[in-house]
Amino acid sequence: MAVGDFRKAAALLALLWNAEPTNSTAAFVVQRFEQLRSHLSLHPFRLAILRSFTVEPIVPLLRASAFCSGIDLTVHLSDFNAYVQAMTDAQSALYAFRPDAVILAVQTRDVVPDLWKNFGGLNREDSSKVVVQVTSEFRAWIQAFRKQSAAHLIVHNLEQPASPSRGVLDEQLEHSQCEAIRTVNRELAAAAAGFSSVYVLDYDGLVARHGREQWHDERKWLTVRLPIAAGHLGQLAAEWMRFLHPIAGKIAKALVVDLDNTLWGGVIGEDGMAGIRLGTEYPGAAFQELQRALLDLYQRGILLAVCSKNNLDDAMEALEKHPGMILRPTHFAAMRINWLDKAQNLREIANELNIGIDALAFLDDNPIERQQVRSELPEVAVIDLPSDPMTYARIVREFPVFERLTLSTEDFERGKMYQEQREREQLEQTLSSREDFYRSLQQEAQIAPVTPATLGRIAQLTNKTNQFNLTTRRYSEQQLNNMAASAEWECFSIRVRDRFGDNGLVGVAILRTQDSTCEIDTFLLSCRVIGRTIETAFLSFLADRARTRRASRLEGWFLPTKKNAPARDFYFNHGFTASSTNGNGTLWTLDLAENTLPCPAWVSLQIMNGEEQVR
Amino acid sequence: MTSSPILDRVSAIAADVLQVPASSLSLQSSPETVESWDSVRHLDLVLALEQAFHLQFEPEEIDQMKNVECIVDILSAKAPKR
Repeated sequence: MAVGDFRKAAALLALLWNAEPTNSTAAFVVQRFEQLRSHLSLHPFRLAILRSFTVEPIVPLLRASAFCSGIDLTVHLSDFNAYVQAMTDAQSALYAFRPDAVILAVQTRDVVPDLWKNFGGLNREDSSKVVVQVTSEFRAWIQAFRKQSAAHLIVHNLEQPASPSRGVLDEQLEHSQCEAIRTVNRELAAAAAGFSSVYVLDYDGLVARHGREQWHDERKWLTVRLPIAAGHLGQLAAEWMRFLHPIAGKIAKALVVDLDNTLWGGVIGEDGMAGIRLGTEYPGAAFQELQRALLDLYQRGILLAVCSKNNLDDAMEALEKHPGMILRPTHFAAMRINWLDKAQNLREIANELNIGIDALAFLDDNPIERQQVRSELPEVAVIDLPSDPMTYARIVREFPVFERLTLSTEDFERGKMYQEQREREQLEQTLSSREDFYRSLQQEAQIAPVTPATLGRIAQLTNKTNQFNLTTRRYSEQQLNNMAASAEWECFSIRVRDRFGDNGLVGVAILRTQDSTCEIDTFLLSCRVIGRTIETAFLSFLADRARTRRASRLEGWFLPTKKNAPARDFYFNHGFTASSTNGNGTLWTLDLAENTLPCPAWVSLQIMNGEEQVR
Repeated sequence: MTSSPILDRVSAIAADVLQVPASSLSLQSSPETVESWDSVRHLDLVLALEQAFHLQFEPEEIDQMKNVECIVDILSAKAPKR
């Protein structure tokens, strides 16, 4: 079989899995993927599950689902109820397994049996004592785990009983059983927030979503320690996948949506403004509900784009003027409204947004369009929609490539930033000279040393910036912290504002000064500010900084990758000379005595020092 | 083996779960005769049948599932008549 055939086989297995995600399909899908795996480029991932109940039958469901998402999962299960020992013992099999992520799947009845089945016998003090004890246990386990492992940790919170021991009276009492469990869950969330890469899975919410009575199978619990009914095992696996997707980086940065029968009911070109179904009542409400889900994604930092076979004027009239629209043209970072083939349009959209094809998801009610995109662009995450539009919003909300585990300020603002970018480009087209354009932007750049508040964003940028990145060195928060603590190393960030808005923290430079040489270890800028001379302003600051550190030479490597061609001539264009090359790249040097490196007059530069940032 | 709709579905599901060809299974196939049919797979099989037939087995019924024939008998008695 050719590579394309293996991919097709994998895509067919994924379709089979989505159509019937049961234990028998899972066994089949896993077996087939194990035969195909060496021909597919799957992301290997090691997951440990610490548990107080039987999860064995969930593992094949999880692995099948992961395979279909391009993740090759190796799963380690702890012994029953050995989770405390596994986390606290540095020699345990858990740590020997070297997991990428760990799930702590425990139940209320195992962790706090008193709250679960003995609550009626507890007085007020007893119950507060139990709550304090279990929350401090959770905290201690997480602490012990963090000491041994940097892996991601996902902790199930505690579920509520279907019937509280005091019946309807429970909700009337200040110290109720439900309130006690809610308190544990609040404290658990607070504890998790105190650690990096520790997340809470709202197990109580998951069970409630599917109905407590339906979720449980008490007979299986009592006989084989499996508390969950056969029909719901897949939903726990799916919930786990919602965490594994962002952890493994299997996420989409943009969602491309169709218009007719997707954003609204009907066909705008035929039914017209008055005929399409979109509003607060049935059946138009289903489409508003979907638009609300898309707006939520937009506010999470996921870009939206339109790809529709339509007459541009018809479609724009609806987007701009239809009273039922929740989304408007400003929410879309790119639009392709034409009669061309959708795969080609998707390629152009990825290009325009400066993201890879594999960062796109695609939503279209038409199975033929989905099929065409699937076969031509297998990297795109295609969302399958059934025929009933009332289900669309839920399907989009639960689709795992849109999950995020952290959000930076930039994520909240991303959609708006792309809109501002389009306005900048329009301005650029109306101004005759580059310089006029730069001046008209009224750019203000603020450079500051790394602070605890910016550490997360800086690490994020070093890990995901590919294009304007001279060395593409990836650093964790921990590594950046260590650098900040050493005298040789300095790490700076740059924020940029202009007349159209705040671009946020968009660049990072890391300097290492030894004797008379100051080396630029890392220099990167987010692609949304490239080409506006911010890179020159930032570099001029580094030259000043090197002089302050009494260096006579500023040097930096350009290490070429598949993606960083935009940065190739950066040092050359700024007067550096190539001083040596090796198999990895070229070292560029600037003699600081002979060269000034001025900041462009149209960029107003503000340098924050250590003292200012304390204030 | 004489085929019936329930038997056909049971053998297809058992073949997937036990990862053996459906043609190698008979009414007499059991944990003793099929090597991969261990206790973990047995639970997988029970759950897969519950998912496929939209029902839940009693613990007593699971105890009686000694071979394919027993499974078909229990399902025939339990599944809604069409």
